Amino acid sequence: MSTSSVSKGCFVFKPSAKKRKTLSPKDYFSDGCEGAENSDVRFKLCQDLWDKIKTDTEVLQDELNRKILDSLLDFTRKCSSTRQHSDWALQMRASEIPTAALVLGVNVPDHDMTFQSLSELLQQSVTPHVASVQAKECGALKHLMKRVLERLMDTVVAVDDDEEEAAEQTNGQVHKSVHCSLNTLCDWYNTVTKKSNSGTPGKKRSSPVKDEQQQPPVVVIFKDLEAFNPRVLQDFILICSRYIDRLPLMFIFGIATSPSTIQHMLPHSVSSLLCIELFQSLSCTQHLATVIDKLILTNDFPFKLNSKVMQVLISIFLYHDFSVRNFIKGVQLALLEHFHSQPLSVLCCKKKDAQLNVMQLSHRNLERIKQLPSFKRYIEKQEPQEQASLLNDDTHLKEVCKKLIKDLHKYHKNYYPILSCLHTLTSSLPRYPLGKQIRELHLTCLEKNVWENEDYQSAMKLLKMLAKDELITLLQRCAEILQPVKSKKIKEALVHLEELLAKLKQLDTAAAAETSPTVEETITSPMKNLQKKTDLFQLQKTLLEMNESRRSKKLSPFEVLRNEALDFIDDLVKKHLSPPESHTLNEVCYYSSSATVRRHLNATPRTCIQAALSSPYYYLQNENLKTEDGSVSNAAPDICIAYKLHLECGRLINLCDWLEAYSTVVSAAEGNDPDSDNFGKVDDVKHARFIRAVSELEFLGFIKSTKQKTDHVARLTWGGC
Amino acid sequence: MTTVLQHPAYEEERLQRVAEQLPCRELQAGMLLSLMGEPQHYSYPSIFIYGHRASGKSHVMHVLLKELELPHATVSCVECISVTLLFEQVLLSFFGCDAASLLPRSPSLSDFVRVYRQQCSHSPAKETRYIVMEKAELLRDTDANLLPALLRLQELVEDNVTVILLSEIVWDKFRPNTGCFEPLVLNFPDYSKGELQQILSQDRHPSYSAEFYSSYINILLGVFYSVCRDLRELRHLAALNFSKFCEPLAEGKVKETDTHKLWRNIEPHLKRAMQTVYLREVSSLQWEQMQQMEEKETGALRGLSAHTHVELPYYSKFLLIAAYLASYNPARTDKRFFLKHHGKIRKTKFLKKNEKTSNHLLGPKPFALDRLLAIFYSVVDSRIAPTASIFSQISSLVTLQLLTQVSHDDQLDAPKYKCAVSMDFICAISRTVNFDIVKYLYDFL
Ligand SMILES: Nc1ncnc2c1ncn2[C@@H]1O[C@H](COP(=O)(O)OP(=O)(O)OP(=O)(O)O)[C@@H](O)[C@H]1O
Ligand SMILES: [Mg+2]
Repeated sequence: MSTSSVSKGCFVFKPSAKKRKTLSPKDYFSDGCEGAENSDVRFKLCQDLWDKIKTDTEVLQDELNRKILDSLLDFTRKCSSTRQHSDWALQMRASEIPTAALVLGVNVPDHDMTFQSLSELLQQSVTPHVASVQAKECGALKHLMKRVLERLMDTVVAVDDDEEEAAEQTNGQVHKSVHCSLNTLCDWYNTVTKKSNSGTPGKKRSSPVKDEQQQPPVVVIFKDLEAFNPRVLQDFILICSRYIDRLPLMFIFGIATSPSTIQHMLPHSVSSLLCIELFQSLSCTQHLATVIDKLILTNDFPFKLNSKVMQVLISIFLYHDFSVRNFIKGVQLALLEHFHSQPLSVLCCKKKDAQLNVMQLSHRNLERIKQLPSFKRYIEKQEPQEQASLLNDDTHLKEVCKKLIKDLHKYHKNYYPILSCLHTLTSSLPRYPLGKQIRELHLTCLEKNVWENEDYQSAMKLLKMLAKDELITLLQRCAEILQPVKSKKIKEALVHLEELLAKLKQLDTAAAAETSPTVEETITSPMKNLQKKTDLFQLQKTLLEMNESRRSKKLSPFEVLRNEALDFIDDLVKKHLSPPESHTLNEVCYYSSSATVRRHLNATPRTCIQAALSSPYYYLQNENLKTEDGSVSNAAPDICIAYKLHLECGRLINLCDWLEAYSTVVSAAEGNDPDSDNFGKVDDVKHARFIRAVSELEFLGFIKSTKQKTDHVARLTWGGC
Repeated sequence: MTTVLQHPAYEEERLQRVAEQLPCRELQAGMLLSLMGEPQHYSYPSIFIYGHRASGKSHVMHVLLKELELPHATVSCVECISVTLLFEQVLLSFFGCDAASLLPRSPSLSDFVRVYRQQCSHSPAKETRYIVMEKAELLRDTDANLLPALLRLQELVEDNVTVILLSEIVWDKFRPNTGCFEPLVLNFPDYSKGELQQILSQDRHPSYSAEFYSSYINILLGVFYSVCRDLRELRHLAALNFSKFCEPLAEGKVKETDTHKLWRNIEPHLKRAMQTVYLREVSSLQWEQMQQMEEKETGALRGLSAHTHVELPYYSKFLLIAAYLASYNPARTDKRFFLKHHGKIRKTKFLKKNEKTSNHLLGPKPFALDRLLAIFYSVVDSRIAPTASIFSQISSLVTLQLLTQVSHDDQLDAPKYKCAVSMDFICAISRTVNFDIVKYLYDFL
């Protein structure tokens, strides 16, 4: 490149805009993606699915928050309206700052969304003046004041003895800046409200509703109350309470633990300035249950998780963070990984599209289908002639695939209604043999045949002891679940179920005369007892007793019907709740790499470092480093050798011995003759290398210097070889 | 009983008005008046007034300065997050906003003195100017030379100005160890029961007789005086419960003079108020709504402290349990509790002389992260990898204030923590994971 300048100098040539191509997400997706030829289609499918999941969950979240937000809005309205009244009691009593204590649970990452929608709703329907603050930006009182003022007034606020601010000020913002005091805020509030009042001249103040609009409250949201410095908070409240007559302030405290934290943080003299009302949000486990209902246990999304992946995601939720947002992130990761790594995921979409995509499959992808374990199993079951044509005739294979995809969709269509029927039946049983939550039952079904499960059998036994009215209500609920499903099989099942119900009800009228009430009682009472007795031994004993008494007695008409109904249910379960692995082509829809998900979501930095140090081959892939028995080759990097040697030591390590040992190992690696005089001698280079290795280990946190003994370092990890 | 205030410089009538607004504070007001002297004379440079909350310090100063129309500036020290605000407010009230804008950015004390002198050379004080500093105890936390300078501001600015400090704390706790100008110290004693009765009776409800309201206040004080002498709080409580007191009257069941029946009606109600609204367990808004509801419905409303249950992820619970054990067990007993084959070691063997007292009485002790994790891995029933999320849970527990970090934030190496939850709390948590924590506590061996 040249310049027309005559002077000497340094010129910068920015690369032209055309050359700099920023990578789109799509490029990232196809980069290194398995089976690149259809990556575009897969990317599109993946994107569409994710968009749908995202909007659906957002809608769901809004719905769940609606109730609590509504009551909060009510509260703010109520507070701002009572202020307008003037009667004796209101004059006399201390003017407190209305405060909503919003208990949100410990899943802090999820709170952002709630606060987001809360402040939007507030701005839409109550007041334009809303400011949210977070503890980490308010270390001192002046910062808190500054943030609140800035967010409310939308200007730059000067805090005097702040050097950064001073620098900012010089950039020509001197005039705009205002003083950081509530007085400024009051003045601002007055001008703002006056402005909006004069905006509608001529009209006289007529209704109280109008009045309220002219005095909209100023809402300050403290997102994470626990993390605030109590002193800062106290002082802020003290200041605010001095202005409450002039400025209709209102607080919202976001609380993660329990409301009693307010009393821990604020002394009585400060909490007496507040008028605190409590709002409890939905617990995060309930929240997760609804998300799983809408996202996982539904036919809407063709993408599915297998039992292991589900297990990983759920256990991260239950054991680690309680965060629904992270759960959804986990689903997103699985989704991306699936479409990225599985070329056949082009078939993971709506039935129609999938069938179209089957026709588009390339020869290579058809080969991939033949390699699928589930398809191999399918082939084995076919006649030899059919086998041959499946293996050799691509068009025939495509036709078969179309049919198989259809079957898979049918399976899903029937699976979820039957699953929730079974859950309805079993979740009312004592001790929840198949789990309290539907997700537990779902996991069992994904894993293997439920009906071979011991718990399933005991659940069935318990169901066979249900009293008539209980059975009828449960079956009725099942019928309600099956009602809206548009599937031939389910429709048939529904008809049968309704017949059974009708018969059961008829029994009511017909048998009332003949069966004496005592019989009825013997049927109901053991069940009632069972509910009370929860220890296993008792349960089994009663079960045995009941079995025996049953055998000796002739079955009543009700018992006959009950058995029939439950056999029918059992039949449905066996027909529709088989695990997905048993269905051909399930690999197309089910993501199964739980290890990947775990590695990404639940990282183990420590194990990685240890793996790198103890088997460097794993990361470096250098043939020289390969060893059989897990020992470290003496050609390994210095730090690995030093690490290996330090594992053999106790809590305190003598540096001198360590150096000796190191030097011996390294000498051997250099191929020195073990018998020569120089062998294992410490020269300057080795010494330096050793010191570097030791300081690297110190940096990684395996050792630290100690004052207990000279020339020693202390180990910081346990265990060894 | 009412000794009307007297001062030659002010008209009778005015003083009369002041006295009316300051029942039970005539003595202090009279004292202040004589200290202040005649307006055009110089007054004492600084006066320090102390007394408990709501003992009328601000009220007396406000009434005096307002009614006698003396030039003054009132500044609350909580609000002055920087000294600039203080300087500005003073200049603003004495010389108008032009003067305040003369201050440079981040002004020092000498800037303030300079601007003040410059301004008062234009408009020297004809009458004594007063600067009232509320919550003066906060001045101790600011710049060390601010308080001594304020105490002798008169001398520094060469103007007829007096600084009045109001505080809840005695002067002895203020005196800097370098010494300073001693202000005149004045105490506002607490109001007695009789005085409270007299003051509170003044704000009677316009539609009821003075005697009726006074008898109400009498009953109120009978219930609350033993727990609360804060005038502001009592006035608030009086306002909240008065409608309930009048209820039988409105229904026509009793006459205004039937104090006994009225007492029988209100007393249980006030007792309940003492455990709820007074402690802010229930907000005043809810309290008023409850009064309108039927008696039996109100039982459902639980106070703030009734909600102590916290739902935590499984491993967080164990981390918290481990932290509790680490905080309350001596480190050398860990072997006994967490080693599989520790043999039978009796408690007496561990007991050191000074350890007779229960660790629970001494409060939580700090422990290192290593120890926490070691205990955690031994109490949790399954094998778990040391994942990043285990560590992030520890910091979550710190932000939730269930653990506190004792070492400084910057110390990355071997951080120390303390467990900040109560025995009841941890027992409730342990129960949910079927862990018998008492068996692992040294104090309960
Ligand atoms: N003697 C009195 N007569 C009438 N009202 C009084 C009297 N003393 C105090 N009050 C009232 O009690 C309330 C509290 O008084 P004040 O604000 O003066 O207390 P304080 O001593 O300044 O308290 P703090 O130390 O908290 O600032 C005020 O609303 C005031 O009107
Ligand atoms: Mg005061």
